[in-house]
Amino acid sequence: MRFLTALVAGVLFGGGLLLSGMTDPANVLGFLDVSGEWRPQLALVMAGAALVAAPAFRIVRRRHRSLLGEPVTLPDRTRIDAHLLTGAAIFGVGWGIAGICPGPGIVLLASGESVAWIFMAATAIGLLITGRLRSNPG
Amino acid sequence: MTLAVALRALEGGLLIGAGAATLLLLNGRVAGVSGILANALEAQPGEQGWRLAFLCGLALPALVFGVGHPQLPANWVMALLAGLLVGCGTRLGSGCTSGHGVCGLANLSRRSLAATAVFMVTAIITVLLVRHGWRP
Repeated sequence: MRFLTALVAGVLFGGGLLLSGMTDPANVLGFLDVSGEWRPQLALVMAGAALVAAPAFRIVRRRHRSLLGEPVTLPDRTRIDAHLLTGAAIFGVGWGIAGICPGPGIVLLASGESVAWIFMAATAIGLLITGRLRSNPG
Repeated sequence: MTLAVALRALEGGLLIGAGAATLLLLNGRVAGVSGILANALEAQPGEQGWRLAFLCGLALPALVFGVGHPQLPANWVMALLAGLLVGCGTRLGSGCTSGHGVCGLANLSRRSLAATAVFMVTAIITVLLVRHGWRP
């Protein structure tokens, strides 16, 4: 059951990315390029998504259990620290170069294009190396 | 931007939100793609099934309907460099556009608001530099 609901969630999420045009880096870079002909779609996508997700957060915060009885795992950290800000800054540079973030990156694997696979392979390597460094500091 | 394009963006956003709400309400998990991918790659025991199902689900609509004609990075060097930065940055910063940008903001998290503001600003500066050779 957990498997099936996660699959459905993924299909909704991936279908939304595809429909919204956010799997085309041209639309992402067109949003980030504030000097050219600005494409505001990304803001609409984020606002629409957050609007639908917000009530779900309110519900699980009150229940502490999912509707299937699973424990709810929410991020518990509240401190805005150097890791958060440095990481976000580095991510933004990569996002600005390619116009692809992890969600659309996985969707774009379906294109079969080698650059999409190289991008996601590099993303995986970056995730794993940084994870290793974080768990063994020094 | 035409009205049709705006509506498609909004509809797509609502679908993305529905996906995030489904994972949270039924599985009790936040739909942060970089975190789910990292944990799937590291094979955290006992939790692999739902993560792999979510990641396969992400790509499934594109496998059925195709991805259209996306403007992918011009060469593999750009793709490799961008991918490494995205991987390192999202791991260090504990989230990407989905985890911080959509779910974190929906959860009214100050951390996610700060992260989203920072990655938006560095991405905008990067695009200015790459596309227009802008100098501050």
